[in-house]
Amino acid sequence: MSNFLNLRHNVLPGFRLSFGITLFWLALIVLLPFAALLYSTAGMGWDNFLSTVSSERVLLSLRLSFLTAGLAAVINLVFGFLVAWVLVRYPFPGKRLVDALVDLPFALPTAVAGIALTSLYAPNGWVGQFLAPLGIKVAFTPLGIIVALTFIGLPFVVRTVQPVLEDLEKELEEAATCLGASRWDIFRRVIFPAALPSLITGGTMAFARATGEYGSVIFIAGNIPMVSEIAPLIIVSKLDQFDQQGATAVALVMLGISFVFLLLINLIQRWASRRHGAGH
Amino acid sequence: MQLRTLLSLALAVLSVPALADTTLLNVSYDVMRDFYKDYNPAFQKAYKAKTGETVSIQQSHGGSSKQALSVANGLAADVITMNQASDIDLLATRGLIPANWSSRLPNASVPFTSTMVFLVRKGNPHKIHDWNDLAKPGLQVIIPNPKVSGNGRYAYLAAWGDGVKQPGGSEAKARALVSGIFRNVPVMDGGGRAATTTFMQRQIGDVLVTFENEAELIAREFGRGSFEIVYPQLSVLAENPVAIVDKVVDKKGSRKQAEAYLRFLWSTEGQTIAAQNYLRPQDKAVAQKFDAQFPYVKTFTVQSVFGSWAAVNKKHFADGGVFDQIYSKH
Amino acid sequence: MADLTTESRPVRYALTGIALVFLFLFLLLPLISVFWEALQKGWALYLSALTEPDALSAIKLTLISAVIAVPLNLVFGVAAAWAISRFEFRGKSLLITLIDLPFAVSPVVAGLMFILLFGANTVAGGWLQDHGLQVIFAVPGIVLATVFVTFPFVARELIPLMQSQGADEEQAAIVLGASGWQTFRKVTLPKIKWGLLYGVILTNARAMGEFGAVSVVSGHIRGETNTIPLHVEILYNEYNFVGAFACASLLALLALVTLLVKSMVEWNLQRQQQASTLRTAEARLQAQAAQP
Repeated sequence: MSNFLNLRHNVLPGFRLSFGITLFWLALIVLLPFAALLYSTAGMGWDNFLSTVSSERVLLSLRLSFLTAGLAAVINLVFGFLVAWVLVRYPFPGKRLVDALVDLPFALPTAVAGIALTSLYAPNGWVGQFLAPLGIKVAFTPLGIIVALTFIGLPFVVRTVQPVLEDLEKELEEAATCLGASRWDIFRRVIFPAALPSLITGGTMAFARATGEYGSVIFIAGNIPMVSEIAPLIIVSKLDQFDQQGATAVALVMLGISFVFLLLINLIQRWASRRHGAGH
Repeated sequence: MQLRTLLSLALAVLSVPALADTTLLNVSYDVMRDFYKDYNPAFQKAYKAKTGETVSIQQSHGGSSKQALSVANGLAADVITMNQASDIDLLATRGLIPANWSSRLPNASVPFTSTMVFLVRKGNPHKIHDWNDLAKPGLQVIIPNPKVSGNGRYAYLAAWGDGVKQPGGSEAKARALVSGIFRNVPVMDGGGRAATTTFMQRQIGDVLVTFENEAELIAREFGRGSFEIVYPQLSVLAENPVAIVDKVVDKKGSRKQAEAYLRFLWSTEGQTIAAQNYLRPQDKAVAQKFDAQFPYVKTFTVQSVFGSWAAVNKKHFADGGVFDQIYSKH
Repeated sequence: MADLTTESRPVRYALTGIALVFLFLFLLLPLISVFWEALQKGWALYLSALTEPDALSAIKLTLISAVIAVPLNLVFGVAAAWAISRFEFRGKSLLITLIDLPFAVSPVVAGLMFILLFGANTVAGGWLQDHGLQVIFAVPGIVLATVFVTFPFVARELIPLMQSQGADEEQAAIVLGASGWQTFRKVTLPKIKWGLLYGVILTNARAMGEFGAVSVVSGHIRGETNTIPLHVEILYNEYNFVGAFACASLLALLALVTLLVKSMVEWNLQRQQQASTLRTAEARLQAQAAQP
C-alpha cells in the first residue's frame, strides 16, 4: 500500500494506523452512503437519468443554488476577511463577545436561522420595513437566499483566516515599513498573499456548505419554480411524488458538481503552497 | 451476536418504556395533531372499559406524502391516517397493505372530510367570493406548493374542478383559471402551516386558500378579528382516508387494537371529536348536531372530476405535468 | 512610540465600524430576534416550553447524538490530520476532497442516502428489520445522520494547523528516542489543543443543531425520535412561536456559553503564560544583578 500511495520515507511513525482509521471511517460514513446513491441512480438507466436532470426546472434550480452560493461566498470572503482583520488587529470594547458570536451560525439549527431571517427581512420585519419603501424586496426573492447563505457561511471564512492573521510575523511588516512601503502596499504584498490560502479554504467551505443548504433557505426563498426554487427543494418534491430515483439523480448531479469544485480548489491550493514553499 | 445484544440493550434503554400492553404508532399528516390529542385519550378510555386492555399511542406527524414514503421505507406504523388516498395506495403497491384497503372500513375508509375555503383580510377589501376572483390581476394569493403539500394539491384541484364544472366550463377554461391563480402566488411555502404563517404573521398576500378545519385553529392562534372566512360556491371534498398497515400489525400482533382504534373513528364519540375540531363528520346524526358550524358548500370528489388520484398525480403534479407546464410558460 | 505597523486611526475606526455593522446585521439581529420571540409572552411560558415532556425527550435525544458523534469524529479527525499533515503520499488532494464532501452534501441528500442504505427494501435494512433492529426512523439512524454531517469538522480544523506547524518538533522527539505515542501525547497534542478544542466545539454545535438530514431519517415520532431542531419545527408548525423560539434559544445559549468559556480559558492561559514569562525575566535580571 505504501508503494501504491508513493509514500515518501518519513521518520515519524503511525502512518498505517492513522491512514487506516481515516480510510475505514471515511469508507463507512461517507463512501458507503455515496455508493448507495450511485447504485440507486444506476437503476434508472442512462436515458431516464439524462432527461430527469436536464429538465428546465432542474437546470434552473441548479443554477440558482450554485449562483447564490457563489455570491454568498464572495460576500463572506470580503466581509469575513474584514471581520477577522478587525478582530485580530484592532482593540474595541466587547471584542471577546463579538468573537464568540461569530460561531453562532454553526450552532443555530438551520431551520431556526431561516425562520429568524425571514421574520427580519419580510416586508413587515425589523429590517424589511425599511427596505420595502425603497423597493428592495429581500424575503421570498433570490436576494433573500443570498442573505441566508451569507449568514451560514460567515464563520467559515473568519475562522480560517483568523489564526493565520494572528500568526503573521510582525517583523515582516516592520521591515517593509522601514523600507518605505505604504500600508496599502504592505497589505497587498505581504499580508494578503500570506492569508490567501486560508481565504481560499474558508471561501471554499462556505461555498460548499451553501450549495446544499436547505433548512435556512426554504423559508426565505419563495420557491417559485424557474425563479426562486432551490435544487434541494426539487429533490424533496420528487420524493413527494414517490420518485425516489429521480430524487437521487438530481442529488447525484449536485454532488458531482460540488465534488469537482472542491477538488479543483484543493488542487490549486496544493500547487500554490508548493510554489510558495511548504511549511515554515 | 454480542453486538446485537448490545444494540438491543441500547435501543431498549433509548426507547419509550412500554408499560402498556400494546403500543400503536399512528403516522399522520401535519395538521391532525390537535384532533388526535383529543381522540387518543377518548379511545384509550373506551377501549380499556370494553376490554380491560391498556393501549398507548404514539403519534408521528409530517407532510402526508413524506410520511407515506417513510412508512414504505420502514417506519413501523400500525395505522396510517393520511389526507389523500394516493399516499395509502403507495403502500399497497409496495405490498404493505392489500389493494382493496379502502373497502375494509365504512365510507371507503374516510371517517371525516374537509373542504377548501378562502381566508381574506378583515372586511374583504378585494371582494373575493369565488375561484375566478383569485385570478384577478394584481391580487396576491397564498397557496402552499402543490408538489410537496396535500393542502396545495387540494387547492389546485378545487380551482381546476371549478373551472370544469362551471356552466360553460371546460378543461381549457380550468387550465386558464389555475394558471391565472398561480401567477398571483408570490410565495409557495412547503406546507399549509407555513403558508398560514406567511399570510397571518408576515402579512403577505390578500387571500389564503386552506382547509376548512384550519380556519378555527387560525382564529384561536391569531385572533378571530383579524380575518374572514369566505366559502366559494363550489369546492373540492378533501377526503382523509385511514388504514391499518397489515405488514406491521401482523408482525407486531397488534391487529385487534389497531382495527379497534380506527373503527372508533366512526363511533359517535369519535365523530363528535372530529366535529369539535371542525372536521365534517360522516355520521348524519352528529353532522346534524353541529350543523351551525359547517356552512353548506357544494362539493365534488376528486374521483368524480379527475377519475382517480393516480390519474391526477400523473397528469398534473408529476414532473413535466400540467403544474410544471404552467410555470414554464412564464 | 507610535505603532508603525498599523493603519491610521480614521482608517481603523472606519474598518471596525463596517465590520461591526455587518456583524450586527447578519449575526446579532437574528440572534436578538430569536430571544425576543421566545420571551414574547414572558418567562413563565418560556420555561414551560422547555420543560414539557416532548421538549425534554428532544433534549435528551439531541444530547445522546452529540455525545456519540463528537468522540467518534474526534478520533477520526486526529487520525486524518496526522496522516495528511505529516506524510507525503499520492492522492492526498483526493482524500481531502472526500473528507470535505459531507460539507457539500445537502442535508436532504444525506438523509436520503441513509434511507437508501437501511430502508426496508434494501438488503441491509431488510435483514435488520427481520431481526427486530430498527436503524432508520429510530435513534441509531439519527445518530448516523449526525455523525455524517459533522464528519469533517475536526479534521478540517487540524489539517491546516498541523501543516503550518510543521513536523520538526515531532521529528526531533522521535530522533531523541520517544515512541510514537509519547511524541503524540507530549509534543503534538499540546500544540494542537486549541484547534482540537475548537473543532470539538464546532462538531458539537452542528451535531445539536442539525435539522435537514435528521428530519429525513427521523420518523418524527413524538416524544421519541425528535431532536431539538425537529421539535422546533413541530412547535413552529403548530403556530407555537414562543415555544419554537424558546427551544431554539436554548441551542443558541449553549453555543454562546461554550464559546465564551473557551474564550475565557484561552485568555486565562495567555495571562498565565505572560506571568510566567515575566517571572522568568525577573529571575534572570536578579541573577544578573547578583553577579559581581
